[in-house]
Amino acid sequence: MHRIEIRLKNHFPDSCGLGLVKDIADLGIKSVSSAIVTDIYYLDADLTSTQLDLICRELLADPVTQEYRFDSVSDEAMQAVIHIVEVAYKAGVVDPVEETVMIGLHDLNINGVKAVKTSKQYILEGKLTPNQLGTISKKLLVNPIIQHVIESGQFAFAENPKYHFKLNQIDLLGADKAQLEEIRRNYTFSEIEVSAVRDYYRQLGKNPTDIELETLAQTWSEHCVHKTFKAKVTYDGKVINNILKSTVARVTRELNKPWCLSVFLDNSGVIDFDGKWALCFKVETHNHPSAVEPYGGAATGIGGVIRDPLGTGLGAKPILNTDVFCFAPPDFPQEKLPAGVLHPRRIFKGVRAGVADYGNRLGIPTVNGAILFDERYLSNPLVYCGTMGLIPVNMAQRGKHKSGDLIVVVGGKTGRDGIHGATFASEQLTDKSGTVSFTSVQIGNPIVEKKVIDILLRARDKGLYSRITDCGAGGLSSAVGEMGEETGARVDLEKVPLKYAGLNYAEIWISEAQERMVIAVSPEKIDELLKLCASEDVQAAVIGEFTDDHQLKLFYQGHQVADLSMKFLHEGIPQWQLKAILEQPEFPEPDFAQPKDLGKSLKEILGTWNVCSKEWVIRQYDHEVQGGTIIKPLVGKNNDGPGDATVIRPVSNSDKGVIVANGINPKYGQIDPYWMAASAIDEALRQIIAVGGNLKEVALLDNFCWGDTRKPEMLGALVKAAQACYDMAIVYGTPFVSGKDSLYNEFEYEGKIIAIPHTLLISAMGIVDDVRKSVSMDFKQAGDSIYVVGATKNEIGASAYLDTRGLIGNSVPKVDPAKAKALMDSLSKATEKGLVKACHDCSEGGIGVAAAEMAFAGGLGAEVNLKSVPLAEKIDRDDFILFSESNSRFIVEVSSENKAEFEKVLKGVSIGEIGIVSETNELEVYGLDGHKIVNESIDDLKEAWQKPLRW
Amino acid sequence: MSKVKVLVIRAPGTNRDGEAVFAFERAGAEVTLAHVNQLIRHECNLFDYQVFVIPGGFSYGDDISSGRVLANELKLKFGKDVLKFADDGRLVLGICNGFQVLVKSGILPRVKKGETPRVTLTNNDCGKFECRWVHLGVNRESPCVFTKGMESMYVPVAHGEGKFFGDLNAITEKNIAVYYIDEQGNRNAVYPYNPNGSLRNIAGICDDSGRIFGLMPHPEDHILGIQHPQWTRLGAKKYGDGFPIFQNAVKWAKSI
Repeated sequence: MHRIEIRLKNHFPDSCGLGLVKDIADLGIKSVSSAIVTDIYYLDADLTSTQLDLICRELLADPVTQEYRFDSVSDEAMQAVIHIVEVAYKAGVVDPVEETVMIGLHDLNINGVKAVKTSKQYILEGKLTPNQLGTISKKLLVNPIIQHVIESGQFAFAENPKYHFKLNQIDLLGADKAQLEEIRRNYTFSEIEVSAVRDYYRQLGKNPTDIELETLAQTWSEHCVHKTFKAKVTYDGKVINNILKSTVARVTRELNKPWCLSVFLDNSGVIDFDGKWALCFKVETHNHPSAVEPYGGAATGIGGVIRDPLGTGLGAKPILNTDVFCFAPPDFPQEKLPAGVLHPRRIFKGVRAGVADYGNRLGIPTVNGAILFDERYLSNPLVYCGTMGLIPVNMAQRGKHKSGDLIVVVGGKTGRDGIHGATFASEQLTDKSGTVSFTSVQIGNPIVEKKVIDILLRARDKGLYSRITDCGAGGLSSAVGEMGEETGARVDLEKVPLKYAGLNYAEIWISEAQERMVIAVSPEKIDELLKLCASEDVQAAVIGEFTDDHQLKLFYQGHQVADLSMKFLHEGIPQWQLKAILEQPEFPEPDFAQPKDLGKSLKEILGTWNVCSKEWVIRQYDHEVQGGTIIKPLVGKNNDGPGDATVIRPVSNSDKGVIVANGINPKYGQIDPYWMAASAIDEALRQIIAVGGNLKEVALLDNFCWGDTRKPEMLGALVKAAQACYDMAIVYGTPFVSGKDSLYNEFEYEGKIIAIPHTLLISAMGIVDDVRKSVSMDFKQAGDSIYVVGATKNEIGASAYLDTRGLIGNSVPKVDPAKAKALMDSLSKATEKGLVKACHDCSEGGIGVAAAEMAFAGGLGAEVNLKSVPLAEKIDRDDFILFSESNSRFIVEVSSENKAEFEKVLKGVSIGEIGIVSETNELEVYGLDGHKIVNESIDDLKEAWQKPLRW
Repeated sequence: MSKVKVLVIRAPGTNRDGEAVFAFERAGAEVTLAHVNQLIRHECNLFDYQVFVIPGGFSYGDDISSGRVLANELKLKFGKDVLKFADDGRLVLGICNGFQVLVKSGILPRVKKGETPRVTLTNNDCGKFECRWVHLGVNRESPCVFTKGMESMYVPVAHGEGKFFGDLNAITEKNIAVYYIDEQGNRNAVYPYNPNGSLRNIAGICDDSGRIFGLMPHPEDHILGIQHPQWTRLGAKKYGDGFPIFQNAVKWAKSI
């Protein structure tokens, strides 16, 4: 074995080390003066020093900036103020770099290296107590889920254990009550499910094998079949048979839009784009893995959702990513952190890096998102990742395979990673999750996924396969089980390519190793497919075939290990019966006098974690790759204003476009989940309208993240939110095409249950005929008129304004969807006619925040009169008018020559001309009595908004 | 007259190949996109083309360091061909990751056998990947074929390792084809105008012939006027600032 150290040459500026010193200082440890990060490579080989020198010089070290040494002992430890920590990945965790080093060695003609492992060595200079060093390790350097500290000279390549086949049968039929309960818990069945399974095996007169129960557990997991949404629910004296079908999916059925091509059926929802191309969109969550290992959890989250469009129809090309995160505030006190929970700042940074590193490497622009903060996300951060894909219309339907077609797994090799991910995702976290769930987290290898996408799109166009799906939760068991539902399937598990030896047959079957797709290939085409994959070094293996006996038959080295009826697997799950109740909380009404200086209040709101600029995050995503980003996430004079939605031009020779937007406001949910859901839909649609879209062809996605819905009051809130989805979308005429849920987001800490706020993310895509008519939110020219479109109500409940005062209130913003639709349709017309120069929707912080953002994004001042704001009811307080968060409102800039025409087009809609764009550099707001209540320079407002996340 | 033939190569992790193809097609070329394995396995002949392009992305994940593994493949497997290709009067363009590959393979600036490379592209001073629009000034004294007649351009960068660094004696002033400037054209502009801390604000260099050109920013992402981040403020031109780079290349190659 050889050990190679690569580090920056002396006195070369080390941004990594400087960043680490800063992070250490943030922990309150000020004594570290410098940090050096060294890359260590271990090679399992017997090489000459000439060879090692070549490897270092020609592959591992940059000759200009780095120096290297090999097979030498560290000498720094001789000095008392130097502390060295070396951190390596645990056995079984594969660092993608290792594979690349192997390729590089091969290129250099160095043979005989059996394996490569990497580690990082941190050399810290400064006086540290052992306790402080421990804190630094624990909080910054090591994540015990995937890494461990290795003592000097203690590294060894792990021997992979051999696996010897032994069939494992579970004595289900002979189990007594206690044993049955144990089986139930081992396979995370509910009580009625384990009974149904036992009844089934009683009829067969045999006991199940472990892999049969694993298959049932995976296929029946909440993550895969959404048992709660399909349950029979008693609510408010009525019985709802299947929440999904009676709310979200019902909208789509009743609207019956001809442009909905494939909905709630495939791995993502598909709509027509231009008759030749179609678009598909899916948003997923990867919450639990991101809580325990933020980087890997988020990276595999985005990696997983990218495979959804790729596994839709005959395979779509991913064209954009979206991401929405919910964390606890980054300034949460370290000392209040519960055991087993990572600090929100570390989760935030890790998640961001994971999403960026994966998405950027795949060349998919990350163009839309949101980040929200609330202390109740402390133990259960939410990580939503979405991907849109582009696919030829004639390939948009799910493929059909024939009996006799071969089952081929393409892409990554299978390891022990992610085992029990599907069932883990459906369980509550505990402070032990960090230790017991060690196998559920993977790092992900984006380049393998990129290779898979590149090759499969080529294979698709050559017609080399008839059906495709992704290996996601449940791994092969879900993918093959689902594809084989109508035919039957037979798999020889030893044919699955493995990362390392030692996996038993059940582990191979349920592993959630990343970057794998499953395709059905007819025997005539298999040679061409395998040749194509080999031409780009993509792993592809035939692992079985589709049969015609409607059974799932699994073999390992010739031994049959499973024989399960597809009918029972897919239809045997008993419907859950659940109770839901209504709860209407009551909060104290705000009782404070209007502050004299509303400019100060405005800056306070702009500087909250929820409202502040997210530029630090957005810039680290590649939002330009693929060249189609026409309205960017950052807009305005200095490319730093907050764009409402993003406009993408997906086909390179056409100006037709797609708008992507999202709506989310969990704060409203604490007052009323119904109005939270309604507001989320209105917000997503407002953003589409704001950038120049219309409601003619808009499709929605729902993503519910909730607490434990086995509790009737939790389920009641879910039912209410789902009902709002129906009530709103049916009026707006916007069908849902896909959705997902993540339930049981609760954490037990010292006997107390902390549930996340009810959180519904609505994602939207809307088609526009001409991206050249898009509008951005920045003020364009002094002298232009400013209009508010849409009436303001006294809706200050759960607003950003009350939040800055630690209040909630009860007057949550509501939605009148018929009025809102008429308003949005009129405003779309005005934009279409070119009458709108800038448009921004009013959301958190209301008119005040929206006007301020438009001003500083455009580098122009504004004069605003609250007397001219159209009100739907009497409001006698300036602060409530300025910061009310009533839905369905916009601020619009119109040039003076277009005012008459604009007002004509918006006839019948509540509008008010509230002021003008000015040259002054000041935002001046006049109150109801004509006095100036805000007088702030736009630079100060912008600074308040940019400061919090300028990391 | 037959169309100019452009070869764009892709490797595992290449991701701006589509835009490079689009840019050259718009400029009137016939573009072939080939996998690097096809070149290595001689299924594709470099000398059938007049322009050779290594586009942006994260080849081999940029593991170890950006572009390093692809640079080695280029150097060890067909590096001589690339040099001969350029010496023949043909054009080589490396954008972003492609620039990193050209530098790290010792093609740009050229490193003779037995010599140690003196310049590199390394981690941005800001310590992170960033995607932002930058102003580039064009060195009118440079022989660079691609930037002929251009004065400045506004194009995006999207990279984490774009700092041009090392011993600047390895190049001369005329090799500096494009550099980062501010709105006033100031060549000493600092971050964020110089997005990565490059020495002398170097954004791209060419060889002495002007036919091998590499740059970190992405002219291929500003081919159309509506790709400009402020077209809603300034009005949309038909073509973007990056387009002349590709027009120049095609025009030159036509004369070969």
